[in-house]
Amino acid sequence: MLAQQIVNGLSLGAIYALIALGYTLVYGILAMINFAHSEVLMMGSFAALGAAALAPSMFGTGVLALAGLFAASMLAAGALNATIERLAYRPLRRHSRLTPLISAIGVSIILQNAVFLWVSDQSLAFPQPLSGDAFTLPGGAQISALQALTLAAALALMVLLHLFVEKTRMGRAMRACADDLEAAGLMGVDADVVIAVTFFVGGALGGAAGVLYSMSYGSTKYNLGFLPGAKAFTAAVLGGIGNVRGAVLGGFLLGFLEVLSAGYIPNGAQWRDVIAFSVLILVLLARPSGLLGERVAEKV
Amino acid sequence: MSEGALLSFESVHAVYGKKIRALKGVSLEVRAGEIVALIGNNGAGKTTLMKTASGLMVPESGRVLFEGRDLAGLAPHRVSRLGLCLVPEGRRIFPRLTVMENLEMGAYARAGAPELAREFDHVLTLFPVLGRRRGQLAGTLSGGEQQMLAMGRALMSAPKLLMLDEPSMGLAPVVVDVIFDIIARVNKEGVTILLVEQNARRALKAAARAYVLETGEIAASGEAARLLGDASVQKAYLGL
Repeated sequence: MLAQQIVNGLSLGAIYALIALGYTLVYGILAMINFAHSEVLMMGSFAALGAAALAPSMFGTGVLALAGLFAASMLAAGALNATIERLAYRPLRRHSRLTPLISAIGVSIILQNAVFLWVSDQSLAFPQPLSGDAFTLPGGAQISALQALTLAAALALMVLLHLFVEKTRMGRAMRACADDLEAAGLMGVDADVVIAVTFFVGGALGGAAGVLYSMSYGSTKYNLGFLPGAKAFTAAVLGGIGNVRGAVLGGFLLGFLEVLSAGYIPNGAQWRDVIAFSVLILVLLARPSGLLGERVAEKV
Repeated sequence: MSEGALLSFESVHAVYGKKIRALKGVSLEVRAGEIVALIGNNGAGKTTLMKTASGLMVPESGRVLFEGRDLAGLAPHRVSRLGLCLVPEGRRIFPRLTVMENLEMGAYARAGAPELAREFDHVLTLFPVLGRRRGQLAGTLSGGEQQMLAMGRALMSAPKLLMLDEPSMGLAPVVVDVIFDIIARVNKEGVTILLVEQNARRALKAAARAYVLETGEIAASGEAARLLGDASVQKAYLGL
């Protein structure tokens, strides 16, 4: 039934949206696709796993355990993303756009293999601090505790991001850098600092998504990030890459597309990626810069 | 170099890529309180000179000094914080930020300074149109308004020396008048100005002194009024 599909689509889309924000924030400033972003969220989920293993008493059940998982993952993923930028992208910033892209793919492969070789090539059980209870919503749809958490966490993070970008001095500097990096420098903005903050914020959002995604599978693995990363990147392009609202819109749209294809089309569960990506191609044929990917007209 | 130069170039060479020698041993100086014009044809090296002063380009050899301090190795945001501010060619305002936010970006490095509120008022007095459009996205302004915003934004950084690269380019004559009035007024208020212009006549009329740049070298320099009457300058740049 539709109400149930909407709940499922919202919670899946919320995860895509959180990841898509990481792609779009970085792209907005550097016009670069951070292909290592999917591994950043995977590393976040491993950091949460590690923290839970190191402090098991803290990570029983309940709110404290959840907060611990999110804090560990978001801090680790944010710091990792900023470190990757510093080491692998910044030295290449003045070169062709292709160069940092290759560097990003390299980082992605290195991180996956590092976890594969040094940690585990298997799925590792992820902490489940939530009960398996589901609540019945008006209209009859069921929402699991995890789905409710996913929606609440994603919404809260999006509101915080919005306030940060729109209302703070650093957020304004980020938008200025996204408009014109060189001109921002002429106004006294240290672009290196702004870019580092952008990578940290994007990585932390990815880390939050990594926890939610791992909880929904009950496990994490060295290649955990690949599929949601690819889909979230798609979502960012669908919404108009570089556009923050576009990333959120694209994430939810892709989530709905997948869930509705699975729910309403015969054998849809197997075909859902084909259907979702066919729609993506159709949308891009009609609107190559994505749904919200329009710039303000610049008069000369 | 004489005493009292705010900005000075000492035999500066600058190269684009590996081959194009854009500046070939340029020496010049801008003294505190002056308006100095820099004129020359397209490709003479005017913009390169401004980029070199603002940290966007690194000279191959020679020195750029601001208040006696060598600017070598300083990134643009550091140069800007010293009080040497470039209003680049093409204005380069932030189109998706509002007019007010653009002005706030000008004061980025000085956030929280007690005199900021007064300077906002001052800039809005110089450019009343910006006050009327304060909530509007800067990309929706007309070309003249964008030039005013670019200048207002730069003034919010409280510059000692303002470098203006082609401020009149593409603007209607009546707007050009406004821009040059503001340049004179800002200068009277104590801001030193280095002005690069295609419109050599206007620039020479506004300036006290001027340099003529030809293919990367200073071809002539002196009092602007004298250059305005100089036969070779008239022939080459004033269309007489």
